[in-house]
Amino acid sequence: MAVAVGCLAAQVALLRQYDAQTDQIIKDKEKQTDQAMKKLEADARKITVRMGFNLLILPEGQTLSGLYDDQAQQKFMPDEYAAKLASEKVITINHVLPALTQSVKWPERNRRIILTGVKGEVYIQSGEQKPILSPVPAGSVVLGYELHKSFNINKGDSIEFMGRKFKAGKLHDEQGSRDDATIWMNLSEVQELLQKPGKINSILALECECQADRLANIRKEVTALLPGTQVIEFKSQALARSEIRLRTAEESAQSIQRERENRQKLKDQRVAFGAVFVPIVILGAAIWVAFLMLGNVRDRAPETGVLRAIGLRSWQIISLFLGRAVAIGLVGAVIGALGGLAVAAFWQGAPSWRDMLAMASPPDVYVAAVVLAPLLSAAASWLPAFLASRQDPATVLQKE
Amino acid sequence: MLELSNITKSYSRPDGDIRVLTDVSLTVNAGEFLAVQGPSGCGKTTLLLAAGGMLHPDGGRVMLASEDFYKMNIEARAAYRARMVGFVFQQFHLLPYLSVLDNVLSPTLASDISDARNRAEELIANLGLAERRRHVPAELSTGERQRVAMARALLGRPKLLLADEPTGNLDAGNAAAVLDYLMQFARSGGAVLLVTHDSAVARQADRVIQMSKTAAKMAE
Repeated sequence: MAVAVGCLAAQVALLRQYDAQTDQIIKDKEKQTDQAMKKLEADARKITVRMGFNLLILPEGQTLSGLYDDQAQQKFMPDEYAAKLASEKVITINHVLPALTQSVKWPERNRRIILTGVKGEVYIQSGEQKPILSPVPAGSVVLGYELHKSFNINKGDSIEFMGRKFKAGKLHDEQGSRDDATIWMNLSEVQELLQKPGKINSILALECECQADRLANIRKEVTALLPGTQVIEFKSQALARSEIRLRTAEESAQSIQRERENRQKLKDQRVAFGAVFVPIVILGAAIWVAFLMLGNVRDRAPETGVLRAIGLRSWQIISLFLGRAVAIGLVGAVIGALGGLAVAAFWQGAPSWRDMLAMASPPDVYVAAVVLAPLLSAAASWLPAFLASRQDPATVLQKE
Repeated sequence: MLELSNITKSYSRPDGDIRVLTDVSLTVNAGEFLAVQGPSGCGKTTLLLAAGGMLHPDGGRVMLASEDFYKMNIEARAAYRARMVGFVFQQFHLLPYLSVLDNVLSPTLASDISDARNRAEELIANLGLAERRRHVPAELSTGERQRVAMARALLGRPKLLLADEPTGNLDAGNAAAVLDYLMQFARSGGAVLLVTHDSAVARQADRVIQMSKTAAKMAE
């Protein structure tokens, strides 16, 4: 009975310890994840802070796709907006690129292309900063890959565009974007060709260094500074940071969930093993107790015969044996519960009374075991006790 | 007090039934000491157990104080036996783990006995066991053990005392003492039925009945 209760006690204690370990592991993991997230966010901020984020300022009502659509109505804004944006301290901008872009037909080559007039940078915050884009000198063009490739134009060749002569300057490599069908010219020449003097239709503000959470305010401040404009954020590093954080958080949550599921799976296996092993041990203990009691009944047959001879009734004989069985069960349960806890504590490498008490809390299972073990022992002893009560005292006494 | 009428009893054996008692009848009156004498194996103990309500006979009737023992169920018979009958066995049948005092008091497990403790102490003293009252049977001589058994049998003030070879394991002195106690019991109004193979012991009784092994019958 001590072994049976011991197995039960150890099993319960180990499962409880396992749950406690799981909780601790998950807590540690959550803590580590939280710390890792904070570090990652700090690192991402440090890494991307120098990159800033990018703003595209368009005339109000101008769609981004409309810039490249010759059918769409085009909107414009004054080209001094670029200088204004650069000179005001609304935000710290490393590069301001005003542009006039329009889809036009290259009449000499009978090809629809995108013509972009660029002024180059109008403002660089620090003199040590490397320009992001070289200005296109007047009389020169930069050609996208598709154009110089299809028309077999080489650097330095002279080309004619809308009745004017230009020198092929830089030739771009393949980009896989609409840049491959783009011709870049000096802004003032494009303004003349398109008859839009002093007009631009986009300002690219690159590497704006500020907190992402200020974006909403920046939009308001820019549109207040440059009336009739709209601000589009694109290729945002802040969004990238946010994306990194979200992805990492998701991955961390999934990792914790996987850990939890693995721990639960292991626990389920232990519970399943215990659900088979413990009842077998209890059944074995009950059978063992029954056999022990049967032997005890046989050994005490003379005593039973004497007690019957002096007048003890059947229930009194049964009570004698069941009382003994209950005592065996009770002592076995107490020893087993303490032993099981001790084994579990040693198993976990924590052989102290405090750990054993912690494992035994709440004590419901152990109390139930100490109550039920004597009852089980009594139940297992019922048949031997009953047989004892039916023993014929005459037979016993005659044998003597 | 005790009336056995036409008692028969057989035991089943693999090689056939053995009839131990055939139409045995006897009466033991209150205040009478009756001895049944016969050789070993003639059925003396069987007769005694049947008389004590512990062995259901195949036929016949056992009346104790006008009550038919075997018309009672087993529990009622046990209770009646506890109240009316005391046993003394050749092997004493003391409970080995109990002290002399507790052995003497053991009938209180079966029935309420008024002033049991004082009576037990008195019996122990009268039987010369006062110095041994805390001893267990293993620490006693055979004569002392039999005196403890006698005290136990007398504790409940039975009406009938059944004694199975009570002197069989005793020396002459202890045997005489035991027989003296039995006679005292009879003189005080109790009925004694003693079975023995010893004719010297039987001669101490008021009346002797001979049992024949071959006939398995009673002859006074």
